Amino acid sequence: DLCTHIHTDNPHSETFTELCLLDVLAASQNNSNSGWETKAVEFFQDQLKERDTHTLVPSLNDVPLHYLKPNSLVKFRCLIQDMFDPEFYMGVYETVDPSTKTKMLRCGKYKDVTECGVDFNSRNTVTAERQTFYCVPIPGENPWVKEISSSCLTEARVVPSTSYAPSRQKRSYEEDDDMDTQPQKQREPHAGMKIPSEHHGNGDCKRQETEAPSSQTASASHLDLNFPLPGEKGPSCLVKVYEDWDRFKLNDTLEVYGILSVSPALSALADEKDASSSLLDPAESMETAEEQRVHSPPASLVPRLHMLHAKPLPHNNPLLPSAALEDNSAFLSSTLSEMASVREEILSYFTHVLLGDALAAEYLILHLISNVYSRRDVLPLGKFTLNLSGCPTVASYTERFYQIIQQLVPSSHYLAMSLQNMNQMRLVPKKDYVANRLVSGALQLARNTSLFLDETQLEQGQLDTTGVRNVTALGNLISWQKVDYDFNYHQMEFPCNINVLIASEGRSLLPSDCQIHLQPQVAPSHLEESLSSIHMHPQASSQLNKFRIYLSMARLLDYSISDEVTKSVEDDFVDMRKDDPQSISAEDLHRMLVVARLLSLSLGQTSLSRDSWLRAKHIEMLRRSRMEQHKCVNGNEP
Amino acid sequence: MSSPTSTPGGRKRGRNTNPPTPSSEDPTSPPSQRRRGQDSSTGDLMPMPTSPATDMLSPAAPQDTSLFSSPRPSVQPNEVDMSSPLMYGTPSSRVEGTPRSGVRGTPARQRPDLGSVRKAPQVDLHSEPPSTDGAVASEPNAGQRLVIWGTDVNVGTCKEKFQRFLQRFTDPNSTEDENAGLDLNEPLYMQKLEEISVVGDPVLNVNCRHVQSFDAELYRQLICYPQEVIPTFDMAVNELFFERFPDSILEYQIQVRPYNALKTRNMRSLNPEDIDQLITISGMVIRTSQLIPEMQEGFFQCQVCAYSTRVEVDRGRIAEPAVCRNCNNTHSLALVHNRSVFSDKQMIKVQESPEDMPAGQTPHTTVVYAHNDLVDKVQPGDRVNITGIYRAVPMRVNPRQNNVKSVYKTHIDAIHFRKTDEKRLHGLDEEAEQKLFTEDRVQTLKELAAKPDVYERLSSALAPSIYEHEDIKKGILLQLFGGTRKDFSQTGRGNFRAEVNILLCGDPGTSKSQLLQYVYNLVPRGQYTSGKGSSAVGLTAYVMKDPETRQLVLQTGALVLSDNGICCIDEFDKMSDNTRSVLHEVMEQQTLSIAKAGIICQLNARTAVLAAANPVESQWNPKKTTIENIQLPHTLLSRFDLIFLMLDPQDEAYDRRLAHHLVSLYYQSEEQMEEEFLDMAVLKDYIAYARTYISPRLSEEASQALIEAYVDMRKIGSGRGMVSAYPRQLESLIRLAEAHAKVRFSEKVESIDVEEAKRLHREALKQSATDPRTGFVDISILTTGMSATARKRKEEVAQALKKLIQAKGKTPAMKYQQLLDDLRGQSETAITKELFDEALRALADEDYLTVTGKTVRLLA
Repeated sequence: DLCTHIHTDNPHSETFTELCLLDVLAASQNNSNSGWETKAVEFFQDQLKERDTHTLVPSLNDVPLHYLKPNSLVKFRCLIQDMFDPEFYMGVYETVDPSTKTKMLRCGKYKDVTECGVDFNSRNTVTAERQTFYCVPIPGENPWVKEISSSCLTEARVVPSTSYAPSRQKRSYEEDDDMDTQPQKQREPHAGMKIPSEHHGNGDCKRQETEAPSSQTASASHLDLNFPLPGEKGPSCLVKVYEDWDRFKLNDTLEVYGILSVSPALSALADEKDASSSLLDPAESMETAEEQRVHSPPASLVPRLHMLHAKPLPHNNPLLPSAALEDNSAFLSSTLSEMASVREEILSYFTHVLLGDALAAEYLILHLISNVYSRRDVLPLGKFTLNLSGCPTVASYTERFYQIIQQLVPSSHYLAMSLQNMNQMRLVPKKDYVANRLVSGALQLARNTSLFLDETQLEQGQLDTTGVRNVTALGNLISWQKVDYDFNYHQMEFPCNINVLIASEGRSLLPSDCQIHLQPQVAPSHLEESLSSIHMHPQASSQLNKFRIYLSMARLLDYSISDEVTKSVEDDFVDMRKDDPQSISAEDLHRMLVVARLLSLSLGQTSLSRDSWLRAKHIEMLRRSRMEQHKCVNGNEP
Repeated sequence: MSSPTSTPGGRKRGRNTNPPTPSSEDPTSPPSQRRRGQDSSTGDLMPMPTSPATDMLSPAAPQDTSLFSSPRPSVQPNEVDMSSPLMYGTPSSRVEGTPRSGVRGTPARQRPDLGSVRKAPQVDLHSEPPSTDGAVASEPNAGQRLVIWGTDVNVGTCKEKFQRFLQRFTDPNSTEDENAGLDLNEPLYMQKLEEISVVGDPVLNVNCRHVQSFDAELYRQLICYPQEVIPTFDMAVNELFFERFPDSILEYQIQVRPYNALKTRNMRSLNPEDIDQLITISGMVIRTSQLIPEMQEGFFQCQVCAYSTRVEVDRGRIAEPAVCRNCNNTHSLALVHNRSVFSDKQMIKVQESPEDMPAGQTPHTTVVYAHNDLVDKVQPGDRVNITGIYRAVPMRVNPRQNNVKSVYKTHIDAIHFRKTDEKRLHGLDEEAEQKLFTEDRVQTLKELAAKPDVYERLSSALAPSIYEHEDIKKGILLQLFGGTRKDFSQTGRGNFRAEVNILLCGDPGTSKSQLLQYVYNLVPRGQYTSGKGSSAVGLTAYVMKDPETRQLVLQTGALVLSDNGICCIDEFDKMSDNTRSVLHEVMEQQTLSIAKAGIICQLNARTAVLAAANPVESQWNPKKTTIENIQLPHTLLSRFDLIFLMLDPQDEAYDRRLAHHLVSLYYQSEEQMEEEFLDMAVLKDYIAYARTYISPRLSEEASQALIEAYVDMRKIGSGRGMVSAYPRQLESLIRLAEAHAKVRFSEKVESIDVEEAKRLHREALKQSATDPRTGFVDISILTTGMSATARKRKEEVAQALKKLIQAKGKTPAMKYQQLLDDLRGQSETAITKELFDEALRALADEDYLTVTGKTVRLLA
């Protein structure tokens, strides 16, 4: 009878049953039979795994909230910014019709608000537990990612069942109540009728609308949406999780599929606080005003999303298939074969960007594809923090350089290490016990975010306590790939995986895995010209896309070292030490192994070859000789 | 006795809006209370969501799926037994509730911590149809067939059992410090009652574990129906108390506060099944609210005839009387605030302790309400164990809205607080230390301990990513286990240090920091600081004035926080002298003295110190001694049991192994690694288990071996006029041997332990205390900062200089440079300027000469 239920209740069921099933489940399911429910959810999860069904689901990232139909299935690409306390809710409850006195069991799952006439004393009430996560869009996600992923969604827009009904938002709450009492069927066609005229033809309009919430945020600035990075836009969301919430961790990036709930009743509940009764009501005095505001913000700003299914995102590059690479062998082999040639192109591009320094360009590629792939006790493996010293301070070179990187990686952030920034910025997330939430900081970033530290902005002066703490936090991030979140009474360590690139004049004051001094081949007088030429010829978008796929792909590849190569590496090491023990230390070997790994991956090779090892040794040698040479030039280097 | 598993039901009863007014039956009841009792019948109570429906077919049994199992009053007045706790706490029953007249004059105090459902009626099984699933009435006593509605608690039996518990329970093996000074072989709680009669603080704390060991059934009832059972306990204890001490005067009747319920230990594991049960959770207080006055009784006065009435608050609501009983005017009654009765209440937010949390998640918080005298008992930052009743309240039903949020608010009504960190100031926190190990786990650990190579296994499991340095890892392993704690305070020496201190020094980039990070992550109470950034205050403790309350607060620093743990100090050499000086006390006496802002105290800091230092010249100079290389005061150095050098060995075989290790680090998968090494969790448990349960003592044979070892060590040096061992070294040896015995899970220190301790100590000495000039091990480098040969040399030069001057005859003044050249010409060995200066200084100390500028003058 599952199917009959769907068909009778939903007018659009012919084409996209799977999308509407949720409407059924969420909006018109009065049946508390749990077997029915699990079956429905399973069906959904299967459907989402299959084919390209997921592209048909509208995304909260791209579609403005007021275009989305409440209680419909939406998806949201996000980062778990905070975890609230688990809450108990009425999993099953009974309602009594005031006129007929008939009782009915109802399901409270995937909903925020109950139907009217709840019988609190019913024995059939089942209390269940769910967890709430506060999710924000992936911090530092670059504009090109947003553009491409929203254009992927065009198909979804043509589908009537994913229609946006803007009129919905305008209805007052009272009206809503009336509507709720009406049977679902009567309302659906009414909403459905409006849609075709509503959304056809004006794609541009949609983009404008996406911006709308940001201005709203500004006006309602008392409600801090707690984005890790300043100037971020987009909806944040309270995601309700019903099953194994233990498998999610803070800062995980997910694509959540769930039922959107924007019921105005949610905020109404929070607003309605009459002073007269609050004294005696135990439930009311429990929360401070701030906590109320943070934990139940207006649903129009922070919608609720009841999770049905969540897909962990290994990357957020929309150009790559979202399925695991092993499952997509065709794509894998085609890109692998191209990698060497793409590498050549990207190398020459970077050489141009780095003012003709090919060696630095080589290291930049290695840095951009680095990734903490494993941790041995406290030691993160695979990190490759690059310190690019000798950056010209003229013609805002570092800013321009960052803009180029921004075009290539899915998410990135530019942090100017000016004294003012260091002394004032909140880098480390801190727990606010008054509002009971984790106040985010700029270092709460998703995995594989590129963090660009511009040390050329740093001038002489006094660092205050915050400044020292911020510099220490950056140092810890680079050395251990972890951030110690401040919980006031204690600190808690959260591992991270952030690619840090430091641009500086001399050697950076922060630690780094690898330092390379830039040797521009361009005379300072021609710098401006040379730089503008990069911007004069913006890479064709297909070219850019190739680079983007290349950089994300290289990071996802597997890697191994054969026993044979292991042996020769060992021999090499012993030989080098024999000649001059000072020439190479254990730390150098560490770095060389990372360089060799990244070099192989950048060439699309998944195991280390003798050639790659020699090449790694060679570029390391070049880099070191350059450093020594540089040391002689100005003797004040440490 | 009757304990029916399902309480009878099947009867639909009308709601009793008119509670019995029994006050006339009791002549001792004060008039005001009597009146209140009558008045409380006015006004219908609103249907409350926190109780089961009136039309329920059977009362809420423990297996009920419903959230709210609290019973609600729905029995006929004639079925209510007046001497039962069903009237407990209501004003009209305050006195009747305690049946003996010996209680006279001592008012009962409301217990808001038990919730407001106070009128739990009893159900008489006689009037009920016999229960189908065989409730057996073992005693045909009519009174004992009464159970509190909705539970299987029989008041009479329960009371009797608890009294028996109080009278008989002894705990001869008690280690709790609350029981200090009590005779452990006498009934424990009777002694506590005596204490109450003397002190006059009417609170009896009852350890649930005691109840459990005494009567498991009673314990189960206490856990499942705290709301009903605790008042019964109160009654029982008051009866007993006033029987025994009829003349004692208490402010109010004794309240029983159970603690240490075993139900739940972790906030994360709370779930809907725990609602309305007695639970104990541990956590950290993060916020306390201001005092909230909560109305217990409203005082209403008629505006027309000034007739006054009192209405009790029931579950947060007050039923305003609509009609004046005196003049029959409607809506004429007004609330008079300052004649109403209020009780104190405070909201406390508790957060999970960091140790209980899975990685990558944020801590959970829970709201706790403290009532009456529990208000302001805890401060933010305190670690507490809270015992209380877990509650869930639905969001308020708004009459104007049809649908409600389907979420409940949860909180805990606190009954008992127990601070866990407070005790650290004056004793070992056994309870918090006692990590509960499952039998399986203990078995695995013991199997591991039985293996002959357990020591090697564990040391190689330590920081596997760091290559070799076997001895250093072994040293750190012994540090993790620590020696046996000995108390010599009776002989006046105080506590003996059991912790092993280790200093690592060596070239930069030899993964010292990594090792420190690893240890810090491994031990539960580890602290990590860097010498560069920490001040003396940050390490010890400081006194702070709270800006709001003007209260002085003692804030503890890294050393105090790592009490019973390990304090890792990186960049030890970069620490300021001032800061370093506080370490002297900590590293030997294991205490910290504070005299600041009028607070003078001594805090325990039984912390092991693991420090790392870089050589002054950034590279280790093998031609210099340890002291010269790291420039640390020798007074501090001698407090380290083991000083290791981490140097690059520079030999081929080593290089090869190192390369192999590193390469495999980079390509082996997680799983392969797991197989090779012990899991970090196992290591953690192993250490925790050994630290808690094993305290080895020296065997005869081992003490002989130690004596020999010490004598040998002293002998080595004596031949050359040097001392190579001091009593401190002997103490180190004992600690190391004990730690090694702990590794083997052995209760006895045997000679193999001493052997290993000797070996390790020698290795460390060989590395750090070798005189670079002679190649001999010389402990005086560490204890006096100068090797014996260097000292000897200094003396020789001074004597040679004296001779030279004497040979020159009676010249009262000489040129400095001239003298140096003369001495150089005379001496066979090279005389440095420093050496010459030192010789001059030595002679000046003898008052033989003085040096002024470039002139040396002889003194008479």
